[in-house]
Order: sequence, then C-alpha cells, then structure tokens
Amino acid sequence: MVGVILLLILFLSLFILYPLSMLMADSVYSPSSYTVYTVSQSQEEVQQFFEAQGETVRQLSISHRPVLTVPTVEGLSVVEKLGKTASTTYMAGLLHEGLDSTAVAVYDKSAGIFSLESFPHIFGDYTFNRAFTNTLWLGLITGLGSMLLGLLFAYVDCYVKVRSRLMKKLFDVVSMLPVVSPPFVLSLSMILLFGKSGLITRQVLGIYDSDVYGLSGIAIVQTLTFFPVCYLMLKGLLKNIDPSMEEAARDMGASRWTVFKTVTFPLLLPGLGNAFLVTFIESVADFANPMLIGGSYDTLATTIYLRITGGTYDTQGAAAMAVVLLSLTIFLFLVQKYYLEAKTAATLTGKASRARMPITEKSVTRPLTILCFGVSVFVVLMYVAIPFGSLFKLWGRDYSLSLRWYEQLIKQDGFKAFKDSFMLSFIASPITALLSMIISYLVVKKRFRGRGFIEFVSILAMAVPGTVLGVGFIRGFANGVFRTGFLQGIYGTGIILVIVFVVRSLPVGTRSGISALRQIHPSIEESAYDLGAGSGKVFTSVTLPLIKDSFFSGLVTTFVRSITAISAIILLVTPKYLLITTRINEFAEKGSYGIACAYATILIAIVYASILLMNLFIKYFGTSKQVREANANVG
Amino acid sequence: MSDKKGIRLENISKIYEDPKTKKPFYAVKNVSLDIAPGAFVTLLGPSGCGKTTTLRMIAGFESPDEGEIYLGGEPINALTPNKRDTAMVFQSYALFPHYNVFDNVAYGLKLRKMSKEEIHKKVMDILDLVEMTGMESRMTNQLSGGQQQRVALARALVVEPGVLLFDEPLSNLDAKLRVTMRTEIRRIQQKLGITAVYVTHDQSEAMSLSDEIIIMYKGVVAQMGSPLDIYYHPNSEFVADFIGEANFLPARVEKSEAGMATVSIHGHPVQVLNPDGIAPGTPCQLLLRPEAAVIGKEGSLPCKVTLSCFMGAYQYYQVMVGDTLVKINDSCPINKHIFQVGDDAFLSFGADCAHLLREEAQE
Repeated sequence: MVGVILLLILFLSLFILYPLSMLMADSVYSPSSYTVYTVSQSQEEVQQFFEAQGETVRQLSISHRPVLTVPTVEGLSVVEKLGKTASTTYMAGLLHEGLDSTAVAVYDKSAGIFSLESFPHIFGDYTFNRAFTNTLWLGLITGLGSMLLGLLFAYVDCYVKVRSRLMKKLFDVVSMLPVVSPPFVLSLSMILLFGKSGLITRQVLGIYDSDVYGLSGIAIVQTLTFFPVCYLMLKGLLKNIDPSMEEAARDMGASRWTVFKTVTFPLLLPGLGNAFLVTFIESVADFANPMLIGGSYDTLATTIYLRITGGTYDTQGAAAMAVVLLSLTIFLFLVQKYYLEAKTAATLTGKASRARMPITEKSVTRPLTILCFGVSVFVVLMYVAIPFGSLFKLWGRDYSLSLRWYEQLIKQDGFKAFKDSFMLSFIASPITALLSMIISYLVVKKRFRGRGFIEFVSILAMAVPGTVLGVGFIRGFANGVFRTGFLQGIYGTGIILVIVFVVRSLPVGTRSGISALRQIHPSIEESAYDLGAGSGKVFTSVTLPLIKDSFFSGLVTTFVRSITAISAIILLVTPKYLLITTRINEFAEKGSYGIACAYATILIAIVYASILLMNLFIKYFGTSKQVREANANVG
Repeated sequence: MSDKKGIRLENISKIYEDPKTKKPFYAVKNVSLDIAPGAFVTLLGPSGCGKTTTLRMIAGFESPDEGEIYLGGEPINALTPNKRDTAMVFQSYALFPHYNVFDNVAYGLKLRKMSKEEIHKKVMDILDLVEMTGMESRMTNQLSGGQQQRVALARALVVEPGVLLFDEPLSNLDAKLRVTMRTEIRRIQQKLGITAVYVTHDQSEAMSLSDEIIIMYKGVVAQMGSPLDIYYHPNSEFVADFIGEANFLPARVEKSEAGMATVSIHGHPVQVLNPDGIAPGTPCQLLLRPEAAVIGKEGSLPCKVTLSCFMGAYQYYQVMVGDTLVKINDSCPINKHIFQVGDDAFLSFGADCAHLLREEAQE
C-alpha cells in the first residue's frame, strides 16, 4: 500500500503541482537574463555580422519589435545599454518603436533573475486589463444567469405540478442535454441561428447586421451550457428541504410567495451562492466558447492562448496571466468548497419527512411552466441546428439537403481525427477510472500520512482552467522536468495528451468515487474483516463490487470529457495528432461551418451513445440499488 | 386566545393512486366526525390507516375528494392552509433552521403584521408557558429534541389558532422524554382550553392524552369513544388488539338473560356480562385483558402453563386453555404462588372484566 501511495503522490505532484508551480515560478523568475543594447547598425547588418562569425541568431519575439539574441555584442557600435531585468525585452521593444537602430539582447547564461516585474507589467497592459474585466463580467453574468435558470428548472421539478407528462419529460431532457454535450456546440448553433447569415435572424426576422459575437453571445451560450450544473445542485438541495417547514409556514398564514421568500429562499441561499461560484469558475475557465463566439471580446483564457500562439511567443507574460487566472479560480474554488459547502450542509441537514405536495395553483404553475417551456424550446432549437447545419448545402444560401460536408470531412483527414481522438480518450479512460477509485478508496477508508495531500490535490485540479494547465505543461515539459531534459520525450507526443486527459477528469471521478464509498456503511466491510478477510480481500470482494457503478461511470465520464476536451490540449497538440475538437475549432474559425457541424454531429452521437451505454450497463449490472437497500437495512 | 372552535367532518373521502398498480384506492373513506370545542381528540391507528391524511385535510394540505369540513361551523374546503384557523405541530418539528427560537415563534405573528412590542410580549409569554424562557436567542440546532418540540408547540400556540393539530409530534423523542412531553402537552392544552386533534400510532400516548379516541383502520373509523370505553368495550377484534394487550377466547353463548350470558369456552361454562344482548347460539370471541386474568390453583378454566417469567412488576405467564394461548400478567408476584412451566392451573376472571365480541365475518 505504501508503494501505491508513493506512486500516487508522485503522479499528482509531477502532473498537477509541478506544472503549476513552474508556471508560477516562470511568472516571477527568468532562468537566463538578457542585457539589452541598442546598436547603430540596422537589423540586417547585425544579423549578417553574427552569421559571418558563425553565431546562430535567434529572434526573440516581443510584442512590438524583434530583438536579436546573441551571446555578445562585441564588434558592434553600442549606442546605449539598457537595463538588465526579466522584462528588458519589452522595454527595448517599446523604446525602439519608430527608431532606426536595433535592439540586441545579450544572452547571459549564468544568471537567473527573480522579479515580480511581469505582474505590474501585465497589470499595466491594456490587453490584459480588458481581458481581466471581460472575464469577470462574463463570469458574473453567466454565473447569475445559470443560477437563476437552474433555480427555475429545479423549482419547477420539485415544487410545481406539471400536468402534461410530455412537458415534464421535455424539461428533464433539456436540463440534462447540455451536461453531456461537447462544450462548444452551442456556440456553433448560436452562430448558425443568430449570426449574420443566421437562420432566425436573417431568414425569419430579416435582420442583416446581427452580431452574436461578443459578450451577449458568449453569455447566452455559457448560461445554457452551464445551467444544468446549477440545476442538479439546487435540485439536490430542494429535495432535502423538509416540506413540513414550508407547510408550517403555510399553516401559520404565509402565502406561497411569503413561504418562498422567508423559508425556501433563505434555506437555499448558501446553495445558490455555491451554484453561482461553480458556474463562475466554469465560465472563467471556459476557452472554446469565447474562442468561437467571442469576437473581439477576449477573456483571460483566450488571451493567454493568443499570447502563446499568436506569433509573439511571450511565455512569461502568458505565465503571469495564467497565474492571475489560476489564483482567481482557486480562490473562488476554496471559498465555494470550504465556506459555502459547509454552510449549505449546516442549514440543510434535515431529511424530507414526507413527499412534498406539488403546487397546483394556476397562478404559480402557468407562468413558471411557460417560462421553462420557452427556454426548453430554445435549447432544443440550438441542438437541432447542428445536424441540420451539417446537412444543408450552404448555410445561409442554399438550404437543400446534401452529404457534401461529410464527404469533405472524410477527404480532409476526418478518419484520422476520429481515430486519434478515440484512441487517446480510450487509453485515458481506464487509467482515470482506476486512479480515481484507488484515490477515493484511500481517502475514505484509510488513515495515512499524505492522505490530505492526495485528496486536496486531486480535487484541486477541478479549479485549474484547461488553458492554465496547458501553459503549465508547456513550461514544465518542453525542456524536460526542471529543464533537465528528463521526460522531455513525452512532450509533443500522445502520452502528454493522455496525461492531460487523466488530470482533467481525475477530480470528477474522484469526487463521485468518494461519495459512492461514503455510502457504503462501514459495518458491511467490518463484517468481512471480522470473518477473516484481509485488507486487500475486503477491497476486491466487498468494496469493489459495490462501487462498480461509480467505476464504470468514471470510465465513461473520462471518455466523454476527453473526447470533447479542447482548452488544455489545444496548446499541446502537435500536427502528428488530429483531434475532433481542435478540428471543429479550426473549421469554425475559418467559417467552414458545414464541416464543423458535421464533426460536431458525429461527436454528439458518440457522446450520447457512450452515455446511453453507461446507463444501460448500470441498469442491468449496476450495484447502486443493492447498496441503497443494504444501507436501508443497516440504518 | 381566540375562540376555540369545533370541527365537523361530513362524509370525507380521499382517493389516491396506488404507485405500483396505478389503481385508485380510498386513503380515507366516508369519515364523519364531530369534535367539540375545547376537546382533545386523538386519531389513532396503524400506519396507512388514513389518520395523517385526515389531519392534513383539516389543515388544508390535502383537499378531500368527497365531503365537507367545517371549522367552527363554517365550511373550509375552499380555503388554502394559510387562510384556515389551524396551527400544526409537525413530527419533524419543522423549525426554521435559519431563524433563532424567538424568530421561529414570532413568524406567524409577523405575518399578522403586529407591532414589535406586541410580538415581543406574546412570544415571551408563550415561551414562558412552554418553559423555554431564556432560550430565545438560541439557534434551533443548539436545542435538544424536547426543546425543539417545545418551540414548535409555542410557534403553533402563539398564533392563537381555533384548532391545534399534532402530527405524531413525539415520535422522534426517546421513550422517557415522550412521557414527559405528553404530560406537558396535556397540561398546556387544558390550561388554554384549546381544541386539539392529535395523530399518533402509540396507543398509550392516545390513552393518556385524550378526551376521546378515534381509531381508524384502512381509511374508515373503526371506533370512537373515551379511552376507558375503547379499552374495555372495543367493538371489534382489531380495536381490542390495537389498544393494549388482548387475549381472545373462542366462546359460544349458551344462555342470555338480564345483561348476563353464560358462555361455553372449550366446553367449560363461564358467566360474563352481555350488554349487547348477544343471542344464544352466536359464535363469539371473549376478550380478556392479561391483567384481568387470574391464575390459581382453582377456578373455572383448567389450563397448562407453557411460560413463566418474572417481569418485576408482575409475573408473566403463557398458558394453554384447550388449544388457545392466553397471556396473563399476575401483578405483585411476591408472596404469591409461582407456577412453573408444565404445571396444571386454573384460569378465572371477574364477570365484568371480560368483554364479549361477535365473531367477525372473515374477509
């Protein structure tokens, strides 16, 4: 067992903590320093001069002007020696804007420099500031929107009598649809339906200058994508409110509205805060939607991505921004986890003593049902747009059906994309499922040194935005671990993608594993020990069969999350691998919505098939029912 | 206090759908009750008998499918719970966890838009009545089960309802506290003279609290009456068995005259009261309470001891009379002859201690 624990600690440290700490180190520490000189020669002359001497000349990208990085400036006529700091390069770039001289950075191998300068630098940076405020606004709007929408659906589900069975089914489906959908599908359909050549805006309403790109577009898409998370959280809480409490209030003379205002809402308040923060974090960390539909509305996640890929390979700046983004999400995560969750638990420890009488008054049911119905129709429309987008000849022009986009897809390496995505996700799933089961078993059932560390780190990964993790992996492994070249081999290969998939899904699997294990009454395992089974035997013969469901759902969840992942891997994927998600992103950016939709349609089909398979498996081979029954007996 | 009110239920029925078979069934069927103002009435019965549904229909949480409910003479079917002059004490207490004791109790008064001073005075008075003075700023999770129940009672009482409703309020308390609390509830109810309807499945609770007990079984009223009446003169085997311990001896009426009957039990003639005037030849069951049965070296019915057990307050016997098992509680066993298993003995009882029941038609 000690070996397993050590391996786990090593894994978590190496692939979660290490890249993040490298990122933090990068933002404050430059391993080599540059002294920047301005020389009177032109850039071309300088370059020729060094090449004649057999020196390699590297161009260090900066935001404004190239600086030549060379080991020495001897032989050139130096005009001015500028500072020697981590961000000298920026200064040089700025100083030489419009001048006829050249900046030459002399690369000093021996000295690293520690400085916090990159922070004031990025905080003074217009792009960053805008991205930062954009991110916060977006998070705020999405958080509030998702919370309210989630509350609406949860309230209708738990409190309101919906007469039509079909309607009830529709609400169920709609509130679950986005949970299992690829993260950026709604952006695509938003463009198709409401964009410049949108089906609704242009064909139906005749608006020719509709602009979905920007804050409102992302906010709508994110709200619809994330509200099911709030719905599930709030539904759980509403179910736990003892209906007697509301009846007591009713009985003492409170109207329905007063009951909601004075009893239900206050009891739900910490939960609402919780739901808000969870979606806020999701929104802030989201990469794909702002990328597709953000237009000029850059968020931190997209800005970091652009800083790294957009020609200016400004890793230190990107690292500093990533640290800001990471601090933001982790701070919110800690508030949510340790403050709000405890508070929620404190107000709602009661168990519902009897089933709730649904509200039947038309004055309540009618507006709420209509509201839910409206949202549902909208969501369904958004999802239907995708397969049609792939089947119409040319969206916006020619709405006749054809399979040309699928032909195009196959011609343009479509098979390879599916093969690669499938394979990598397929490898990541069992690893994640197994790891999360082992972690949750150790965390719930064992007491050992390092337990807190394992639990904290594997759950913490939830708060790490994909983009941040991607940047962290670049910084951590591009030159090997600690720049020693160790493990450098994995960089740029499929292995690192698999590792990213594992790390991204680990928190979800671990959390579900922990809650599944907590449901198994200790006395069930104790009785096995008592009958003479050893620790390993108890695990394999009692515990494991009882958490089979959780294991299997971890397997499928990881698969689904991996095959739909984009934020973390888009920075790490090399041309050797084609992934469905990155292809969709590529085509959508190019405006080839037909192919993007074709990819998305198949992706949705894969995801739903997987989920369906999981549900069938759990239904026929599952053990959660047995566990529930066993617990009922144990009390 | 506002006027205490009577309740009348006229042919109330409630139909539910069975979750498994999807067939409708009567949870409450054709129930008529008349509860006098100021009375303490208990609805007693096993789970699923419709007692809670009846109570919830009075409160307005469920509406009857047939019949009409009157509160203080007014029909109230159309009124929502918040418009009815009732207040309920719940099984789970249903205290608001986000309010302290004072605010919990003040909740109903605030809805009635009373002035701050008035609310304060009323809340403090009622907390004094339930002996919770000094606890008003505690949060509800800092209270014991008994204290929570007192607060729940105060919260219901403070709005001065015409009728106080109790839904198994003591079932979450431990046995000892249950006894203390039921005395408390009775004391407060009598002090205020308020009409109370109390639902429980605990027969000793029902007996100790009530002016009148209504026994329900499978949605219908099985029997109504004072605790004494129901205990000694049950009208069915079900009621006899549900209230207290009971032995049933197969009996056949041989002779019936002047309110007395001679019955034959396993061939032995025994004299019992026959207030219902059951005719000779009718097959009957003779109800005999274990504490009314006497075991001795002589008596009317020969029996064989199959179990003898010292219980402290009494010696507990099981004896066979013919092929009928009879339980006997022989109180104060010290200085008495203790029969051992296998002993032959005699069972006897006073003529007024047994109750003759007509044999029920088997369903």
